[in-house]
Amino acid sequence: MKNDNSNPSESLVSLNANEAGTRRGKLKIFFGYAAGVGKTYAMLDAARMHKAEGVDVVIGYIDSHGRVETEALLDGMEILPRRDSTDQDITQHEFDLDAALARHPALILVDDLAHTNASGSAHAKRWQDVQELLEAGINVYTSLNVQHLESLNDLITQITGVVIRETIPDTVFEQADEVELIDLAPDDLLQRFKEDKVYVPEDASYAVPHFFRKGNLIALRELAMRCAADRVDTQMQDYRHDHAVSRPWLATERILVCISQAPDSARLVRAAHRMAKALHAEWFAVHIEAPESLRLAKDNRDYVAQTLHLADQLGAETTTLSGNNVSEELIAFAHSHNVSRIVVGKSSHPRWRQALFGSIAGELVQKIGRIEVHVITGDREEAERSTNWTFDSINWLGYFWAVIAIAFCTFLSKLIAPYFSLTDIVILYLLGIVIVAAWQGLGPSILASAFSVLAFDFFFVPPTSSFTFYDQHFVVTFGFMLLLGIMISTLTAQIRHQARAARQREQHTAALYALSRDLARMWSKQELIEMAIRHIGQVMECQAAILLPDPPERMSSPDPSFQLTVNERAIAEWVYEHGQAAGWGTETLADDKILYLPLVASRRTIGVLGMRPRQISSPLISPEQFHLLETLASQTALAIERAYLVEESQKAKVQIETERMRNALLSSVSHDLKTPLAAIAGAAGSLIEDEVGPRRELILTITEEADRLNRLISDLLDMTRLESGALQVRKEWQAAEGIVGATFTRLGARLRDHPVTTHIPADMPLVLLDSVLIGQVLMNLLENAIKYTPSDSPMDVSVNISGGQVLFQVADRGSGIRSGDEERVFDKFYRARTDGGGVGLGLTVCRGIIAAHSGRIWAKNREGGGAVFQFTLPIEGEPPEVKAEETEWSEKSEGIPMEEAHNAKP
Amino acid sequence: MPNPDPVILVIEDEASIRRFLRTALTNHGYQFVEAATAKDGLEAATHQPDLVILDLGLPDLDGLEVVRQLRGWTTLPIIILSVRGQESVKVSALDAGADDYLTKPFSVEELLARIRVVLRHAAHIEQKADEPIFTVDDWKVDLSKRQVFVGEREIHLTPIEYKLLTTLIRYAGKVITHRQLLKEVWGSAYSNETQYLHVYMTRLRHKLECDPAQPRHLMLELGVGYRLKVD
Repeated sequence: MKNDNSNPSESLVSLNANEAGTRRGKLKIFFGYAAGVGKTYAMLDAARMHKAEGVDVVIGYIDSHGRVETEALLDGMEILPRRDSTDQDITQHEFDLDAALARHPALILVDDLAHTNASGSAHAKRWQDVQELLEAGINVYTSLNVQHLESLNDLITQITGVVIRETIPDTVFEQADEVELIDLAPDDLLQRFKEDKVYVPEDASYAVPHFFRKGNLIALRELAMRCAADRVDTQMQDYRHDHAVSRPWLATERILVCISQAPDSARLVRAAHRMAKALHAEWFAVHIEAPESLRLAKDNRDYVAQTLHLADQLGAETTTLSGNNVSEELIAFAHSHNVSRIVVGKSSHPRWRQALFGSIAGELVQKIGRIEVHVITGDREEAERSTNWTFDSINWLGYFWAVIAIAFCTFLSKLIAPYFSLTDIVILYLLGIVIVAAWQGLGPSILASAFSVLAFDFFFVPPTSSFTFYDQHFVVTFGFMLLLGIMISTLTAQIRHQARAARQREQHTAALYALSRDLARMWSKQELIEMAIRHIGQVMECQAAILLPDPPERMSSPDPSFQLTVNERAIAEWVYEHGQAAGWGTETLADDKILYLPLVASRRTIGVLGMRPRQISSPLISPEQFHLLETLASQTALAIERAYLVEESQKAKVQIETERMRNALLSSVSHDLKTPLAAIAGAAGSLIEDEVGPRRELILTITEEADRLNRLISDLLDMTRLESGALQVRKEWQAAEGIVGATFTRLGARLRDHPVTTHIPADMPLVLLDSVLIGQVLMNLLENAIKYTPSDSPMDVSVNISGGQVLFQVADRGSGIRSGDEERVFDKFYRARTDGGGVGLGLTVCRGIIAAHSGRIWAKNREGGGAVFQFTLPIEGEPPEVKAEETEWSEKSEGIPMEEAHNAKP
Repeated sequence: MPNPDPVILVIEDEASIRRFLRTALTNHGYQFVEAATAKDGLEAATHQPDLVILDLGLPDLDGLEVVRQLRGWTTLPIIILSVRGQESVKVSALDAGADDYLTKPFSVEELLARIRVVLRHAAHIEQKADEPIFTVDDWKVDLSKRQVFVGEREIHLTPIEYKLLTTLIRYAGKVITHRQLLKEVWGSAYSNETQYLHVYMTRLRHKLECDPAQPRHLMLELGVGYRLKVD
């Protein structure tokens, strides 16, 4: 450990970043504060310089907007054709990602990082295209203006009054390998603007006069410079950290931001993100789902989901909690997560309401103790976008039942009225209200309360059959009755909601539990998949399928009822490769009708979960559902991975067992066959010593044939080892000359009748090979030559370096090889002659051994008659160093000259 | 020779091999003691034979283990019998202290030659009598004067080449594993650096052998080691 107080998780992060740096392409951003500062020009200039250096540069997408200087720079550069995307009769020219990936240049230029792609493109945003380029290992140059940074978005809207819709997540900017600030004084920019040298997109033209004001430009310029400076600062800190520059490790700050349907939530999220970034803090975004939030209009609910998603993108950990009291839930969460700061918005409620009921910020400050509370003020205009409530499914039947219930109460009261007081009748009505509230919910019970008051007045309060009354104190009775009715209704409704929320949570937990329980019981992959599909299908009310790479890199669905089109398969493969969700309900390829989630297990992505919703009309799934789905997917992924591992370990076990059996068999066969042979050969050898004449001949035959049998068995065993893959190659750096010499020694007397000439250069370097096996090859080749040539016929053995390989040659002056047999001689059991010799395995063994050395062996006829067998071995690196002796080599010149020592044997 | 006939202990589980060894050895003036298992063999070895011939493939105990146990208390010469395909076990046994090896099937001549060399070495160690001049063929090495001759011509060797040669001479006729040679000539730190051995052995062959590619004395035994062949 280089630094005692360094944080392990941070070390890991920097390690990951380094590791990622080796594979990923590098991203350079040309960063400016407004259009027209010269980003594209600078980018092209840099690219031309690289091209001059011989780098493979391609223009992916650049719009010169007709500027002459820029177009001049484009001249002579390779430009990738654009992709035409036609949508509703409007043709747009888009950057062609697939073509760029196929072309795979070293460096690609893609202008305007914040661009939004035409619908129907692979990614919604261009920065996602760029990410994919980087992942493919392509370096990217791109341009970006400061106003497109997500976290600065609202700040810039405040400054300029122009709403910027195209934004990129800050992480893209932060993770860029290089950012070059392109600067131009605002006066010069305004000058250029006046000269019409600045291109402004048409749809934003209404905002141009707003935007290009000197005040704005100065502010934007400052922002851009600060961004760039912050980055440099971060780099500096990273550097200090990497190089163990000692600095005290601060207790980590944790920031919590509370998200509501209030329209300034996105601003809160951005503020929290900026704060977290400045403090290098972890941060959480929490939405508290209060009972009433279930009744929020769909727009508001979507807004919450979007804000949570924004927080997610900016690096927050997002959670949705349910509870009645927002401040209490927040405090509980803050304590359990060691939060040091809470960011909340200023309440948009009218002042009288705040005075009466308090505000969340107020409650937090009162209750929270040592945690800092940051209250961010909302924008008045924004705040006016009010919260809408929904009554989308008005329970008409409930209201009907409410009326019936009160009518029944009235009827009952009429029956008992003569025997009871009016107070008892009020109680009876209240009972009716409670029943309606418990049974039909808030709306009907309020209606019931109102009806009760009216019915009570009409039927029982004198004068009856009239809404008038004599006794003034009935006003109080009516008032309390109504109030009590409404309070009972509200409380009952809250209980109902909580029960429902609890039920939903319970369902999620139960679904998870059921899945993990069932997955734990299953062992086979097939069963696991079926089980997971059934569970996910039930919980999410969809048709689910698990797509596995089969064969590798090709996703296929084992389920016949869930078949993929070519396009869908391509998306599934993309998801598998990138480990990111895509399709319906996501940012990538949202037009598709299937949601694809990667199945990420502990070591890698093992497949893709495909989910086709039953009704395509439901446009989005809620963050909680998405979360649940992700959890289910990861459970499934882990279970499938486990099944894979079990499968693998079983396979390995079987393989080890097979190997063990085979080795045992080989060694016992080898032993059991060779031992009797050894006894025969030995015994015959002992006999021959004293014998002469015909008996000696016979005994000689015994020894020779035993010897032959021995070689046959050796060949058969070698063949078996080769074919079963049991041959182990143990390579060592060896002198070729030594191996050739050792082979001659082993052949001994059998070589007596053949004069052999060797040619091995004196400066032959060591070769990496298995000396026993290559010795066997040379031996077999020489035996072959002995077998097929008459005695006294000379042989030549040579070794040299040829064409970056080591070339061995064994040449004879025999009858040569029949034409067309050059390949067949290496075939198993092929024999050129049927009398004598072996079974035709010797050369097959040679070919096997040479192949195991990644070499090549062949035979041909020799010029001037005879055959020549040649084989090559690859040269694998430099031989290890042999240090010279420390004494001087004065005697070297006096030693025998190498050439002389290298003469052929007479 | 005043000494009685040398006693040879054969530890071998195959009766047919024992039978032929008995005939061959007794015919050539050796006393023959046999054992069919490692256990019996180790027991018999305590009676001080002059030489042990040990089969590596015994049923009750690994041959390598038998070598180790014997070397635990005695320096008596050991020749191991192996079959092809046991190269690594063979080398381990040699490294563990076995003196030489034979690969089945072998001829009686080979066996007798090995026995003679090994017994001669054992006698040398006892008498500590190194002859100052070593000769084979037309090679003459004067160990006292540090001079090497091939025929009439003096050959100049570098210190390491000379050390390599004298080490081989000390074990003349016996196989020496790569590891043993490296240890003796270069030191333990080099015991796996076989490239040194091959390079220097090539140089030595070029200086001494008349055809280095078809050596007559400086022999490489593939996968095992080197042997200075003397007969």
